[in-house]
Amino acid sequence: MKEVSRHFEVKAGMVAKYFKGQPNRQIKAVESVNFSLEKNEVLGIAGESGCGKSTCCMMIAGLLQPSSGEIIYNDKGISQLNAEESHWYRSQVQMIFQDPYESLNPRFSVFDTVAEGPRALKLYPETEIADRTEEMLKSVGLSLEKYADRYPHELSGGERQRVGIASALVMEPSMVIADEPLSMLDVSIRAGILDLLKELATQRNFSCIYVSHDLSILGHIADRLMIMYLGQAMEIGPTWDVIENPKHPYTRALINAVPIPDPRVQRPIPNIKGDISRPIDPPPGCRFQKRCPHADQSCTENFITLQATSDNQHQAACHRLDSIQ
Amino acid sequence: MSRKRVLGVKNLNVRYKTQKGPVHAVNDVTFDVFENEVFGIAGESGCGKSTLIRALMRLLPDSADVFANEIKLGEQDLRSLSDKHFREDVLWSKMSLVPQSAMNSLNPVYRVGDQIIEAIQAHTSDNKKTARNRAAELFDVVGLQPDLMDNYPHEYSGGMRQRAMIAMSLALDPGLIIMDEPTTGLDVLVQERILRRIREIRKEISSTIILITHDIAVISEMSDRIGVMYGGSLMEQAPAIDLFESPCHPYTLGLKNAFPSIRSKGQELISIPGSPPTLIGEGTGCPFAERCPFKVERCSKEFPTVEKLAEFHEVRCFRHDETPELRELASKKGTWLSLK
Repeated sequence: MKEVSRHFEVKAGMVAKYFKGQPNRQIKAVESVNFSLEKNEVLGIAGESGCGKSTCCMMIAGLLQPSSGEIIYNDKGISQLNAEESHWYRSQVQMIFQDPYESLNPRFSVFDTVAEGPRALKLYPETEIADRTEEMLKSVGLSLEKYADRYPHELSGGERQRVGIASALVMEPSMVIADEPLSMLDVSIRAGILDLLKELATQRNFSCIYVSHDLSILGHIADRLMIMYLGQAMEIGPTWDVIENPKHPYTRALINAVPIPDPRVQRPIPNIKGDISRPIDPPPGCRFQKRCPHADQSCTENFITLQATSDNQHQAACHRLDSIQ
Repeated sequence: MSRKRVLGVKNLNVRYKTQKGPVHAVNDVTFDVFENEVFGIAGESGCGKSTLIRALMRLLPDSADVFANEIKLGEQDLRSLSDKHFREDVLWSKMSLVPQSAMNSLNPVYRVGDQIIEAIQAHTSDNKKTARNRAAELFDVVGLQPDLMDNYPHEYSGGMRQRAMIAMSLALDPGLIIMDEPTTGLDVLVQERILRRIREIRKEISSTIILITHDIAVISEMSDRIGVMYGGSLMEQAPAIDLFESPCHPYTLGLKNAFPSIRSKGQELISIPGSPPTLIGEGTGCPFAERCPFKVERCSKEFPTVEKLAEFHEVRCFRHDETPELRELASKKGTWLSLK
């Protein structure tokens, strides 16, 4: 087990996920997405609704099977795991959900909610579960005396999200998938949860995939950032490289659209046409072609995956990368 | 500087009757809105911003009591109007609302255009044809193709529905438009386009807007003046730039620390420990006292009065004359952490 946690890597290799909708129609929720997650890294995934970011999360968590391609965890494809291994994989990969008001069981006390995971997978004997639960609650800032016997309706949104984090981390995962964990919380308490996640990630050595539509928040937590549009990965790179020097026309538009909390600053107008199209039966070629100010024939003919740019860390999926810089 | 006042609200209070006792949702709120400005009201969930707006629009349930010393729209005191008169003479024609979740405010079984035409015909003597032309004009103003008028709401995307609601609010050229979270729940590119359109509309047809949102970035981009609400009270109001450059209330200082910006790499975010008050029962003292790192004894006993710092800058805090020191302290993380 030690070997494993040290040698940690997740590769979503050529994952192409097709949802079957009506006969002969396909919603291509995620198409040929490649990325890797290094140990102790926070990877941010950003994009508008329908871009496939949540589908990616669910596939990695094993809640959905990819239609093609492979998700590789520590050199082993997760679809090839035997029963025992996939049991273990499920304890290694934990999710923190978006809505702390709906993701907690209203009939479970805080203590039982957090202890549920280790109990279900019989990770430790009951006395040890109690100790670990107590310690976990303490490290998310909830004291045992005050909170252990409370039920979700007695908690504020921030406290609920702390319970959600505790019940994910009590499993001692090596990878945490956080799907918009702050979007239901008020501004004044978001920073506290964000700090908590960062702090625990360092303390407990887990990697994190942090999904959000809010680029300002991702700028503060993610080491690397991936931008998705209609199932296609458009750009990936070190977070502030992507924000300050975006390569893909979509990333540029997206970043220019983020409002800035300073009345003295004027944003440039995002250079983008039309509205988001539907992911049902998309035309061949780049998913962004219709809205792209730079699209030419090559963009309508061939689909494109992430390509290395001058900087190897920073990749973008664009046919016209060289001509639009 | 004397500007024409469009709306004047003095000492507005709203109490909800509940089984647990009265909820003081809005406490002693006073503000003015002037012609051709955007007045932004910022606040977190439960701070009373939506209740405030519903009180003005008379949309509150019967369990709510509203009392105010003045609610003046132009020269007309709205308090003396009967509901019927309010509906016929004020709503839509002088003051209109783009409701929160405007996405779900359209009737699903009527064509979108017909809903706007109906609103126009109900309030004017226009015949169907003039009303239809007016609706087409409005679609154009908000950036929708006029031929979409004959479509049903389910054929619209979220952003399009929001635009249709804005078109409807403009239908009778009201002097004041109230927008309650107009872009919440929309994707960032859609939001950007709607905000830009609202700005253009302001230039084309001068209108006065009250914008309610919890999004500090949206409000600072859109507003001329901003009021910050917390626990049912207006804690601070100032021109947007002043509020940004010289915030005074500890809550405003805390909010500024807590909000991330895509333009500031390496910015340290500091949250405000604790959670907002429940507002049940007769509150004593400042609603923010419990979370305030600068509270003194007085803060939990007396409700602070509004102090005027500059012509348009007002703050509700006992320690308003110590602002420079507090501002300095508030920028340090330790100040806020000490509260835990």
